[in-house]
Amino acid sequence: MKSFLAKVNITLRKNILDVQGKTIEHALHSLEYSDISHVRIGKYVELNIKATDSGSALKRVTEACNKLIANPIIEDFKISIEETAE
Amino acid sequence: MKFGIVVFPGSNCDHDAFHSASLVSNGNAEYLWHKNGSIPSDVDCVILPGGFSYGDYLRCGAIARFSPIMNEVINFAKSGKYVIGICNGFQILTESGLLPGTLLRNNNLKFICKDVFLKVENNKTPFTSTIKNGDLLRIPIAHGDGNYFADSDVIDELESSNRIVFRYANESGEIVMNSNPNGSINNIAGIISKEGNVLGMMPHPERYSDSILGCNDGLAIFNSIVENFN
Repeated sequence: MKSFLAKVNITLRKNILDVQGKTIEHALHSLEYSDISHVRIGKYVELNIKATDSGSALKRVTEACNKLIANPIIEDFKISIEETAE
Repeated sequence: MKFGIVVFPGSNCDHDAFHSASLVSNGNAEYLWHKNGSIPSDVDCVILPGGFSYGDYLRCGAIARFSPIMNEVINFAKSGKYVIGICNGFQILTESGLLPGTLLRNNNLKFICKDVFLKVENNKTPFTSTIKNGDLLRIPIAHGDGNYFADSDVIDELESSNRIVFRYANESGEIVMNSNPNGSINNIAGIISKEGNVLGMMPHPERYSDSILGCNDGLAIFNSIVENFN
């Protein structure tokens, strides 16, 4: 078994109004950052997982995301996996 | 008939729900600790009360949905018995898949605690049968995540099968933008399952079920449940 660090980024699905993101975007515009747009707020989850290889680690974390960590009705998630020392 | 009120760590409307259920059932109510692996066989209606189960960590209701008793609540609902989820209870019902959709952050990003008017849109349910369609109930809301959302095909199905039981209305009973406190699609305040035995609603009928509190509009919902059972 190897050890992996999984980094999960969760954001609201694109078709859902992200009210927090919009509010921050408006605040940025009033600070004259008119070049910034499409601000999205999300969650970041980090976890360790033991698996035989990175593929099975990814599979397992994807399953956990669909079951609990994210709500697929409203959220998208991206997972990155990297091997770590024990 | 007997009510069972589930208590999760962080539930805070369980006592109000117990009181309301007791009023209509001659005291025939009991608390069900969330770690229980079973629901007593004499319980006829389970209430998932409001509150902040597991501190609303991750998402409202997401962790409570995996409490041991929830498997039993799902089986209980599938057997056709009555389940009502109020506020956080509604959020737990959507997380568990017993009701479709989900509850997003209120669109003004504020926690809202105030009285609202609910228009009863479907009285052919075990939870509203003693109320007339179009009647208004004054009921308090108290939530930060009550903005009902589902994909448009789900909304279409809810609309066409008359499963939207309550909508936020104004004092004259009009369903308008100004009467929508949280951004819910189509002013949805409460929906029912396809089979008609599981109700989820964001407003708190248990907080307005005793006239000593100045309003008992919520009692009609508890009365309906008992009447249907009998």
